[in-house]
Amino acid sequence: MKTKTPKRPAAAPRPSGKRWQLRLYVTGQTMRSLTALTNLKKICENHLAGEYSITVIDLLKQPQLARGDQILAVPTVVRKLPKPVRILIGNLSDTECVLVGLDLRVES
Amino acid sequence: MTNPQKNHVLRPAPRPARLPRCPTGIQGLDEITGGGLPRGRPTLVCGGAGCGKTLLAAEFLVRGAVQFDEPGVLMAFEETEPELNANVASLGFDLAGLVRRKKILVDYVHIEPGEIQESGDYDLEGLFVRINHAIDTIGAKRVVLDTLEALFSGLRNEAILRAELCRLFRWLKDKGVTAVITAERGREQLTRHGLEEYVSDCVILLDHRVNDQIATRHLRVVKYRGAMHGTNEFPFLIGETGISVLPITSLSLNHQVSTERIATGIPRLDAMLGGRGFFRGSSVLLTGTPGTGKTIISANFAHAAARRGERVLFFSFEESPNQIIRNLHSIGLRLEPLVKRGLLRFHSARPSLYGLEMHLATMFKEIAEFKPHVVIVDPITSLMDSGTDSECKGMVTRLIDYLKGGQVTTLFTSLTQGGHALQQSEAAMSSLMDSWILLQDYEGNGERNRVLYVLKARGMAHSNQIREFLISDRGIDVVDAYIGPSGVLTGSARAAQHSLEKAAVLASQQEAAQLEREVERKRAALERQISGLRADHETEAVELRRIAEQVGTRTFVLGTERAASGRLRQADIKVATGRRGHVRAEKLPA
Repeated sequence: MKTKTPKRPAAAPRPSGKRWQLRLYVTGQTMRSLTALTNLKKICENHLAGEYSITVIDLLKQPQLARGDQILAVPTVVRKLPKPVRILIGNLSDTECVLVGLDLRVES
Repeated sequence: MTNPQKNHVLRPAPRPARLPRCPTGIQGLDEITGGGLPRGRPTLVCGGAGCGKTLLAAEFLVRGAVQFDEPGVLMAFEETEPELNANVASLGFDLAGLVRRKKILVDYVHIEPGEIQESGDYDLEGLFVRINHAIDTIGAKRVVLDTLEALFSGLRNEAILRAELCRLFRWLKDKGVTAVITAERGREQLTRHGLEEYVSDCVILLDHRVNDQIATRHLRVVKYRGAMHGTNEFPFLIGETGISVLPITSLSLNHQVSTERIATGIPRLDAMLGGRGFFRGSSVLLTGTPGTGKTIISANFAHAAARRGERVLFFSFEESPNQIIRNLHSIGLRLEPLVKRGLLRFHSARPSLYGLEMHLATMFKEIAEFKPHVVIVDPITSLMDSGTDSECKGMVTRLIDYLKGGQVTTLFTSLTQGGHALQQSEAAMSSLMDSWILLQDYEGNGERNRVLYVLKARGMAHSNQIREFLISDRGIDVVDAYIGPSGVLTGSARAAQHSLEKAAVLASQQEAAQLEREVERKRAALERQISGLRADHETEAVELRRIAEQVGTRTFVLGTERAASGRLRQADIKVATGRRGHVRAEKLPA
């Protein structure tokens, strides 16, 4: 998990310059978190190869970050870019739902 | 479970295995629940829209932070922090200030219905993390979740949600925080989504009901596991200083009592009340049919008290202050100088202006501000229209308790309808009163006259008699009503009877004098007779004496002659004859 320990919550995920910026919020390395990350990566590779960046945020380590993106459930994927912000929860096992949730259908 | 605030937990009875309490600081609520909410456990507060759930929860937090030094976390699912600040600021709570001082942490949990797309399995660990983080940040002892049900609109998978909520409540318990969870009232169950299934320790139900167009809020402790609690519905109100639940049963009867007596302003009425008027701090009920002079007697009492330099608060629910002042001026009571000197204050409000509880709160506020010695409520029956009988009785009880606690003498007037139901209708309220004076109309001879009785006066030897009272431009005058074989007479009948009696007395006086004279005359006649008789007797006696002397002389002469002739005949009767003649001569002159 490539997480950083920023001073301020707002500055947590560095903008990567990619067109698609996704954040995955998890709580520790649970089965569900790992599944979600795997699923997300797979979907992104299939549909957004080279155009995306995924920031994984472990709320157990940075609980203060949960507030900023209004996280309730984990795992949660937040599409920061492109706007508008989209929120997707679950282990992302239902690819169809993920595509709808991230609004990838139209894009691809 | 550690309990660092043990000193705040009320322990009235030495009961060993008692649940530790977490005092809410909310007026009245702690009394109902026997000390507060169950410490370290979640409490569910449910109720319909606008019944004060959020305020109750917010007050629980604010008071916890301010009064009990227990920091709190507010997880707001519905309102943003600025909204909450504004809402609770109207109740005098400085939420923003407490947040700045890190006494309270507000976390606004935004859930946009339909915004979240779900794909596969998830849990609410994110929420747990947030709550946990918030609790740890300020060392919170109290947590409010307002309202968790917003989750149901944002997340579709109810099975997951329920499982997670169940886990959340257990987790809160393990965390040892006292939590308040608010929930919307459901149609057939306490909450819309059945949260009461998960929160099993304490459930409080709020309700906002409209009775006869007047809304009253009610609070009921539906459930309080392992503890005695008031199960009744208690009215509560949201005032300028927050929520106050107004329990009746919580008030104990342990007021200070005074033996000081205060005059009623009507000397004859004082005389009827054991000679010295009411006890200070007692409650007095003045009942009467319309026009019997309730306001006048109470104003008289107010006037007398203010003249003694006491502060008097006059709650008028029928007349405006100016009208009362004008009307009483007509009987010679000048109230406006007392008002100007700040000794007499009027508070007039239409009974239908707001609900009973609000009236009570306003009255409490006025009383707390003015700190009166005497309070007059004219009439209490006007307020009765604002609620049911039991509510009114409750209200009067609370008012009396409050006033007695402050040694305030209270006079309630009560308007009754004519007929025999008079005393019956007052029975509920009168039991709360220390003294009860009944004003009545007596109709007869084409006129109505006012009479009064003292029906009861606790702790004093009061008069059992009926009195008539007259209202003139010089004020009130209490006079004896005529009570005789033909019943009670008042007014002109009393006057007529009075003159009749006067005439009768005069007549009998005259008769007596005449008899006296007759006796005198007879005595004089007797005297005369006696002296006549005596004179007769004197004359007779003289005559008789003269005769006796003559007889004596004759006897002596006869004796001497007989002795002489005896001597001549040689007889021996000399001695006997000589003695008889001597005796007679001795007796007669007497």
